[in-house]
Amino acid sequence: MIEEKFDAIVVGAGMSGNAAAYTLAKRGLKVLQLERGEYAGSKNVQGAIMYASMLEQIIPDFREDAPLERHIVEQRFWMMDGHSHSGMHYRSDEFNSDNPNRYTIIRAQFDKWFSRKVRDAGVTVLTETTATELVYDTGGKVIGVRTDRRDGEIRADVVVLAEGVNGLLGTRAGLRETPKPETVALAVKEMHFLPEEVIEQRFNLRGAEGCVIEAAGTFTRGMTGLAFIYTNKECVSVGLGCLVSDYSKTMESPYELLEAFKQHPSVRGLLAGSEVKEYAAHLIPEGGYKAIPKLYGDGWVVVGDAAQLNNAIHREGSNLAMTSGRIAADAIFQVKSRRDAMTAENLSLYKKMLDDSFVIKDLKKYKDMPALLHTQSQNFFLTYPELVSKAAQNFLHVDGTPKLEKEKATSAAFIKARSRLGLVSDALKFAFAWR
Amino acid sequence: MHIVVCIKQVPDSAQIRVHPVTNTIMRQGVPTIINPYDLYALEEALRLRDQHGGEVTVLTMGPPNAEDTLRKALTFGADRAVLLTDRFFAGSDTLATSFALSSAIAKVAQVYGAPDIVFTGKQTIDGDTAQVGPGIAKRLKLLQLTYVSRIADLDLAGRTISVERRSEGGVQQLRTTLPALITMLEGTNDMRRGTMKDALRAARAEVVIWSAKDAGIEDLTKCGLRGSPTVVKRVFAPGPRAEKAEMIEITPAARDTADSLLDAIFSRQPKLEADIAAAQAAL
Repeated sequence: MIEEKFDAIVVGAGMSGNAAAYTLAKRGLKVLQLERGEYAGSKNVQGAIMYASMLEQIIPDFREDAPLERHIVEQRFWMMDGHSHSGMHYRSDEFNSDNPNRYTIIRAQFDKWFSRKVRDAGVTVLTETTATELVYDTGGKVIGVRTDRRDGEIRADVVVLAEGVNGLLGTRAGLRETPKPETVALAVKEMHFLPEEVIEQRFNLRGAEGCVIEAAGTFTRGMTGLAFIYTNKECVSVGLGCLVSDYSKTMESPYELLEAFKQHPSVRGLLAGSEVKEYAAHLIPEGGYKAIPKLYGDGWVVVGDAAQLNNAIHREGSNLAMTSGRIAADAIFQVKSRRDAMTAENLSLYKKMLDDSFVIKDLKKYKDMPALLHTQSQNFFLTYPELVSKAAQNFLHVDGTPKLEKEKATSAAFIKARSRLGLVSDALKFAFAWR
Repeated sequence: MHIVVCIKQVPDSAQIRVHPVTNTIMRQGVPTIINPYDLYALEEALRLRDQHGGEVTVLTMGPPNAEDTLRKALTFGADRAVLLTDRFFAGSDTLATSFALSSAIAKVAQVYGAPDIVFTGKQTIDGDTAQVGPGIAKRLKLLQLTYVSRIADLDLAGRTISVERRSEGGVQQLRTTLPALITMLEGTNDMRRGTMKDALRAARAEVVIWSAKDAGIEDLTKCGLRGSPTVVKRVFAPGPRAEKAEMIEITPAARDTADSLLDAIFSRQPKLEADIAAAQAAL
């Protein structure tokens, strides 16, 4: 065992872990951070879009040296069937401000930068070191971790579990359940390299402008899932994810779905001539509010993906991760500065602060959405995209049929597919879940 | 006892790419690792230190980011790390590299004590010359033991070291006096995993960073491109193999598959078929 004791041990060097470690060190605490990968970011996978406001609250001047790919000026939502997409676009030159709100990033590079900041803030960062077990005192309070290094037991007043969606430490210790297949998505993504100017031409971008496309439709073959296309500086990230429980039901494999998505006529041209240099897969917590485990206990708190803090509806994860890490650090700092012990009672401050933040408020807002989308995935991801596509075809195809008849045909198609009651009930359920 | 281990940061050959036009290695964006051969040298040095006491200093020459490589060596358990970095060293061949490193080792000797043993790996995976180790030995007048597969005995009081050296057709048992330079062969040991204490120390250690001047190098004409008589005249990729593999269908009858396999072989090696036929006829 190591004699030296820390104020806090942060397990994991992803967004939440780095945010927590950085904030704790900036508040003057003595922090040890453990990362199993060769370097911070080596194991981390994300689409990835980074939200500036949440990082600004941690590192206000991050724009000076953080490796950012493109700031997003255009967002497209596509609803797709096999040969078409209908969509909604929003593009605004106002996104070209001095302080843009959203950026695409490449996590391996971004996390290296973040980790450097964490180190510079005074955190002792150990890579290639896996925390294997929590260490308890006789009263059941967490007092440190055991690692896979020789003589690798180390103590701290509090352990911040930032170990990601599949974090073994917390599940092994029984602090939370293993994620259920219904509450995690398996996403795969590829990095398609293209010359900068080709990306700019294809997506109508200038300089550091970026465009993102999010898509839902028949390409998930009735499963609950989404696909995305994000522009980076010199590559385009293309990915797709569906619920694990859906894969097991349909026996579809994610990479085959991604292959098919890439061959879709609306997508193919955007990627033509590119070279794939990276392939990655990751689990995404999608259980929403109802899947959030206990967030704190005697001597520990849990943050980020490990706490299932991910807003699947808005495709937001890393900002919830960063914010939960920062808030956990603030709570720990407050307890520490009152010279109180890191008991469950005192650390409940973290949950209170998190409840007051957008993190829990947003997740609460959509608490019924996962259940709705998961149980009705056939309707939302197969039937409706096809109906919408047919409606658009019908609307745009000019053949001398009177418009009124066309509209009747469209509504008849909707009613035939879902029945009047079904349509009304879907709309109401969706409205309630969104509310 | 003081041991100096020279290591090099090299591009991870598993992830390397060759520029399609110039045929040169594209180093940009390729992750770097410690030259794998150097790890055997480092582990051997750490074992000797654990047995006999003393200190292990790791030394590298390279760009500023080679500090990561040194920090990793510290995580394995090295006691001290020195980075020799200066723009004057850019473009060094093996002659200039051995000059710079031997100057730095002389400086290390002044500051931290004269080394009893200097270790290097057998060679690097990016240059493959195996010249830098012997170059250092020559310049520092160290007795050199290359391609060492085992250290049989170290007698610090008697100032001798016995090793096994792999050579063509056998193993040589050699003994020499200290100080010596050893280049370590691959596969001779397994790199340890540093303890928690090592990892903590490495995370906080200051890597010693020396410029050419700090290392006491005055004659800059012996450094970098200017000090490198080796000129790469041309780099080329070997031509692609002319023939593609032929697929042979497996048929339900094993005999048919065997026949088509033999046909494929004999159509390329008619002499083989003739020889076998002749041999059969002779029987």
